[in-house]
Amino acid sequence: MTEHPEVTPTPRPGSRLAEQTHAAADDQVDVMAISPVREEGMLEESTADSPFGPDIVAKAKDLIGRYPQSRSALLPMLHLVQSVQGFVSQEGITFCAEQLDLSEAEVSAVVTFYTMYKRKPCGEHLVSVCTNTLCAALGGDAIYRRLAEHLGEDGRPLGHEEVAGTPGERGSVMLEHAECLAACDLAPVLQVNYEYFDKQTEESAVELVDALRRGEKPQPSRGAPLADFKSVELQLAGFFPEEEDAYRADVDGPSRAVETVRGAQLAADRGWTAPSMPDDAPLPEVEAK
Amino acid sequence: MNTDPLTPVLTKRWLSPQSWRISTYEKLEGYTAFRKALAGTPEQLVQLIKDAGLRGRGGAGFPAGVKWSFMPQNEEKPHYLVINADEGEPGTCKDIPLMMADPHSLIEGCIIAAYAMRSHHCFIYVRGEALHCIRRLNAAVREAYDAGYLGRNIIGSGFDLDITVHAGAGAYICGEETALLDSLEGRRGQPRLKPPFPAAAGLYAAPTTVNNVETIASVPFIVNGGADWFRQMGTEKSPGPKIYSISGHVERPGQYEAPLGTTLRELLELCGGMKDGIPLKFWTPGGSSTPLFTAEHLDVPLDFEGAAEAGSMLGTTAVQVFNETVSVPWAVMKWTQFYEHESCGKCTPCREGTYWLAQVLERMVEGRGTEEDIDTLLDVCDNILGRSFCALGDGAVSPITSGIKYFRDEFLALCQDARERNATVPELVGAQQ
Ligand SMILES: Cc1cc2nc3c(=O)[nH]c(=O)nc-3n(C[C@H](O)[C@H](O)[C@H](O)COP(=O)(O)O)c2cc1C
Ligand code: SF4
Ligand code: FES
Repeated sequence: MTEHPEVTPTPRPGSRLAEQTHAAADDQVDVMAISPVREEGMLEESTADSPFGPDIVAKAKDLIGRYPQSRSALLPMLHLVQSVQGFVSQEGITFCAEQLDLSEAEVSAVVTFYTMYKRKPCGEHLVSVCTNTLCAALGGDAIYRRLAEHLGEDGRPLGHEEVAGTPGERGSVMLEHAECLAACDLAPVLQVNYEYFDKQTEESAVELVDALRRGEKPQPSRGAPLADFKSVELQLAGFFPEEEDAYRADVDGPSRAVETVRGAQLAADRGWTAPSMPDDAPLPEVEAK
Repeated sequence: MNTDPLTPVLTKRWLSPQSWRISTYEKLEGYTAFRKALAGTPEQLVQLIKDAGLRGRGGAGFPAGVKWSFMPQNEEKPHYLVINADEGEPGTCKDIPLMMADPHSLIEGCIIAAYAMRSHHCFIYVRGEALHCIRRLNAAVREAYDAGYLGRNIIGSGFDLDITVHAGAGAYICGEETALLDSLEGRRGQPRLKPPFPAAAGLYAAPTTVNNVETIASVPFIVNGGADWFRQMGTEKSPGPKIYSISGHVERPGQYEAPLGTTLRELLELCGGMKDGIPLKFWTPGGSSTPLFTAEHLDVPLDFEGAAEAGSMLGTTAVQVFNETVSVPWAVMKWTQFYEHESCGKCTPCREGTYWLAQVLERMVEGRGTEEDIDTLLDVCDNILGRSFCALGDGAVSPITSGIKYFRDEFLALCQDARERNATVPELVGAQQ
């Protein structure tokens, strides 16, 4: 793998024995008595300045209720965490661990496995350029390079998963190269917040990111009206706009490119069809078991 | 074959305005098949799908009816149906348009398949980047619940089914069915050892069937039309229509639904031939994990048997077409970088092998390769193929071995250039790290 997640410091071996650590202590042990440090409230759960308010806790519970086993809610819950903070922070990991009764290590192991979980704050928008072979051959590599240079500063191109502008502020953009986005018939493609912008050129892509940087929201070729990274993460978590008009506008956003229906259209034009179905095709007879 | 060159079945409704709405779907024969299915028995449906000869559309082509029959008859544990909508094989772009344009056909297929396998909970695992599909599927599931086609006692049949749409988070390996199950359980998506197969111990160690989107979306049509109707399209062993996704250097790329067994020559005719008349150089019949073909293979019937006999695989019928301007070693390097990035790291041959393959290829493409590098590549491939834990490893070597088989001269030319330019001893691979 070429990219490495942020390295966590390796724990140093120390003189404290396992029996004396917090983890190994059962409720019979007076943890405060053996603790090398004493601080007011150190045994209380730290919920004070959690960025995850009661509405997010309620959504997390809702997610858990959708699955036969709670742990299945972890992937959506991490999307939920990203909808709040724009990335998966250490607090986000702790939040999921608490909700699902997992260790933080178990949650971290999952976070680092999947590319859609960002370990650093994302911009208002995420721009993903497909640089897999087919798109690359049709200009995807050139588009990615051009955007990296265009968004970079002081002659240094913007790196993979780096942000132009200040994360959290309007017009900030994280750039990444992506693998095949399942739109090869529309190559070269890119996505902004996972909405498709098809058949791009270097020029159209530069125009697009300039518009994003100015705080505009160009209409995708296929997808919902452009929002921002955090709000689409809420949808990936499984929560859609409650207001009917907004919901319909999203769902009914365009999806059909000329390429999508080329075969169907050609068949219609030429009068080609599949063989016609019989009026009644009974199910086969089998002995019931 | 006496069928028309294109046989739109799955793609036919895509032309209708707002084809994703339940009202459109029902106007176009939608939600008729599941009524017929629920009036029959699970055994009848399994038999029907076996008779139709429907083969999995996710890449491996396993007969769907046979897979369904592996599910236990009893319901000691809950049964699960899991739809593989992780579409990530490079070149493949059929399931996503299908789910956006006609999500109800998938949902109706899920109801029928779940009934046939005595499952009451179905998960649709969609790759996270396919956000608009996820919206459309959620909206369709909601409409189906409102109509009484999902939930308790569906249309008074006594059959219950819930569908949960689940978003992935960006990992190609989660398309591998056992990795998908681990991912759905909230873990890193790494493949499981088989056996036990999912039908014995799948999701939550309960009996599970994983099927591809296109496979399940075909089911309502088979229920309505019958096995004989389905078999009028395609070949004896590979019956039915199939969505061929044509991309790359052709005049009119796009989705073309034709009978299985259609050749590239025929497909090129349908999509207007090579772009700007620049000749064909190489192509994939079914995604980057299927060995490359060349202009020699224009007349190979693209069905499961035909592609295999000619030394490749049908895969996902993702036909990526490249013309003479594209360097084979470069394309092979790009694909190898993909596999290196997506290797899940569970087994050594694939994790280490793809890492070194990518470096050797990068060095060659940069013009610092040697002729021995070609042997090194083949040697490493030999140690990955058949020795990896899952089929990702096998897929990773396909572009390399087939690329060298048909275009060795191009790899050699790169090395010759390097030698002429630079008479010094080449660096060891990786020594610059
Ligand atoms: C690395 C890898 C990736 C895969 N990706 C997908 C995928 O995205 N979609 C899919 O349906 N099958 C994929 N498969 C195949 C599945 O493992 C499985 O065979 C398929 O979902 C079964 O469905 P089917 O019998 O209906 O084809 C993949 C296999 C491998 C080894
Ligand atoms: S072959 Fe590759 S992807 Fe498959 S288990 Fe091994 S390391 Fe993981
Ligand atoms: S190669 Fe770019 S979308 Fe498939």
